[in-house]
Amino acid sequence: MEDSRRTFLKLAGVAALGLTTKPVLDAYAASGGKVPDALVKRGSKAMTAKNWGMVIDTRKFTSAEDLEPIIAVCDQTHNIPKFENTKHEIKWIWSAPYHNAFPNKTNKYMDAHSHEVPFLVLCNHCENPPCVRACPTKATFKRESDGIVLMDFHRCIGCRFCMAACPFGARSFNFRDPEPFIPKINPKFPRRMKGVVEKCNFCAERLAMGKVPACVEASDGAIAFGDLDDPDSNVRHLLHANYTIRRKQSLGTEPSVYYIVGGGGSEEEEHG
Amino acid sequence: MNDKGKIITGLVIFFIIFTFPFWYNRGKAASVPEPVLSPTAKKAGECVRSKDYMKAEHMQLLDDWRDTVVRDGQRMVTNKHGKEFEMSLSNTCMNCHDNKAEFCDRCHNYASVRPYCWDCHIDNPKEIK
Amino acid sequence: MLDLAVKGSKKYWGLLGILGAIVAVGAFFYFKQLSFGLGITGMSRDVSWGFYIAQFTFLVGVAAGGVMVVLPYYLHDYKAFGRITILGEFLAIAAITMCLLFILVDLGQPMRMLNVIFYPTPNSMLFWDMIVLNGYLFLNILIGWNVLEAERNGTHYGAWLKPFIYLSIPWAVGIHTVTAYLYCGLPGRHFWLTAILAPRFLASAFAAGPALLILLCLIVRRVTNFDPGREQIQSLAKIVTYALILNVFFLICEVFVAFYSNIPGHMDHIKYLFVGLHGHNTLVPWMWSAIALMIIAIILLLIPMCRRNEGVLAVACVMLFIGAWIDKGMGMIAGGFVPNPLHEVNEYMPTGPEVAITLGVWAAGFIVLTILYKMATGVKEEAAGL
Repeated sequence: MEDSRRTFLKLAGVAALGLTTKPVLDAYAASGGKVPDALVKRGSKAMTAKNWGMVIDTRKFTSAEDLEPIIAVCDQTHNIPKFENTKHEIKWIWSAPYHNAFPNKTNKYMDAHSHEVPFLVLCNHCENPPCVRACPTKATFKRESDGIVLMDFHRCIGCRFCMAACPFGARSFNFRDPEPFIPKINPKFPRRMKGVVEKCNFCAERLAMGKVPACVEASDGAIAFGDLDDPDSNVRHLLHANYTIRRKQSLGTEPSVYYIVGGGGSEEEEHG
Repeated sequence: MNDKGKIITGLVIFFIIFTFPFWYNRGKAASVPEPVLSPTAKKAGECVRSKDYMKAEHMQLLDDWRDTVVRDGQRMVTNKHGKEFEMSLSNTCMNCHDNKAEFCDRCHNYASVRPYCWDCHIDNPKEIK
Repeated sequence: MLDLAVKGSKKYWGLLGILGAIVAVGAFFYFKQLSFGLGITGMSRDVSWGFYIAQFTFLVGVAAGGVMVVLPYYLHDYKAFGRITILGEFLAIAAITMCLLFILVDLGQPMRMLNVIFYPTPNSMLFWDMIVLNGYLFLNILIGWNVLEAERNGTHYGAWLKPFIYLSIPWAVGIHTVTAYLYCGLPGRHFWLTAILAPRFLASAFAAGPALLILLCLIVRRVTNFDPGREQIQSLAKIVTYALILNVFFLICEVFVAFYSNIPGHMDHIKYLFVGLHGHNTLVPWMWSAIALMIIAIILLLIPMCRRNEGVLAVACVMLFIGAWIDKGMGMIAGGFVPNPLHEVNEYMPTGPEVAITLGVWAAGFIVLTILYKMATGVKEEAAGL
């Protein structure tokens, strides 16, 4: 008697557990489907490439002030908050001195230009992104079609594994609700909620509308953007004609952001 | 069994707690709200899908949209009548339905759902300016 | 067996009450964290994992340490440990519970936790960590409960349980290996990017876990009528001794490689921890305390006269537990993030609410431990006819 009652209770418990999982599984089974009865496609104006990349001509910047409008336009476009507390900072594109941007390429004696003018740093949209490898939910993923490393803010659980994995410090976490700290909200682009990670998206939303990234547009020709896989693209021509470096390329992540260095010394820099 | 009193007291307490939501909210039932179409929406005439579909499935549609847009990079959708829309809550839906309070919030409040869409997607682009 | 858990002395209920109060304080601050965000902690853009993940890492070790009583008994037929395997298994259950809670409180969007299951991602180590931790929890509940129930009924546990017991042994090694793989596979984090991270984690686990078990055995002997046994405690002490020596040895290996090779990326983190970097040295006193505690513990444990004295043994165990906790719990995680990938130094210290939440999780774990040990010792007392 004692025993059968126990067995019954055990079975009932397991059965109850089973019942509670049913709705969860149902909900899961229902989602993920494509929109039926409707045709979904890319916009007709959308810019496409196999592998988007960026070439930053650092010779064209003569002072830290030159970088400010480029950073500012990204901040405004993407609703980046301004926090007093640097611990909670959100950064998509920002400036860093050479020895911070290239910590293992720092020479004891450096040319004046690299020493004095800071570098633009942002997500490198690596070919082998360690952040994508680390993410447990595929909230951050490499878009097959064009190689952009993107964030799905709807899916991110905020474990911050990607932040530990990124060797470039390109990722920021929303330690609190950013909305009150956004100087001027751009209604065309979503904000973020607290508890998710974010980073530069190579302006995927602008590319879809046929526009180059905001920083490229604001750079006055100092930043080139194009298809790294196309030998005839603007970026490939630049890479062919100039010596370039990438951040921490010894780690094998294959960054898609290249830097033309060697500024200073030339006359046109002084006047340009 | 001399624990009869205790058992019955326990059952009564359980029953009261279990049914608490029912009698606590008695008489407070609000009438079913009707979403109000704004003049902009009326003028536009058609939605991305039929009214009935949207009524029942808009949350599913938005959930699909966000995957299609964010993950697949497909931003445009063509409806049955061949009209093309950008799949965007802020820039498409809320452009026509520019009366979030009457069109969205009423029903959501009635059904006691709090979609976190609004945490990131602007309520209504036009009111911001 | 739950009947044993609800019949207890005033002291038992008093302890549960105190622990419950600490959990309540932790829960209060956790709800604050839920509404404000993780900004109420000391974590930052640069040190993006802090106290929670550090406790998690340390406690995975404590859980894995339980295997040090299971393995000699089941694989080497070391009969003496038969008396205390249940204590090791129940300690593992409590430790894993804390681990899972620490992961939970560390998430920015905890309500989306199930995304890890909805969108399974085998290339993420966190996915595997979820599997091994939950699996280990399940195995220990299954094994511990059935073995104890059999003991209570005066029978032998079913033969079907044996494969699970054997499985639990490599699984214990697995949980800490996968936890080390979370860190040591990340390019650009040179402090963790070392093949001996998993062995080092295991060494500190097999020191700290059994050390806690020794302390628990001494407490159990004092507050219950069940004596885990002198031989058992002494055998554990030897395991602790050699595991601790290995742990320090691995640390020396790390220091040698970093400093003899003279590669800045490898030296900077160790420099930051032990001498400070660019004037930032918050963790320096902590790290040297950890080293001192572990060295003194080794000396005490190596001298047979001291080890055999249970009073001295207890002191040594407390010292090494604290030492290992600082080494792994504070230094290992924060040390890996400072300096950051751009070689800037931004330090980390937990905040008050963060400590309160941490204590709350520890208290929750000790509630589980207290209840489980109450049942285990109750069965042991019954079996001894007390």
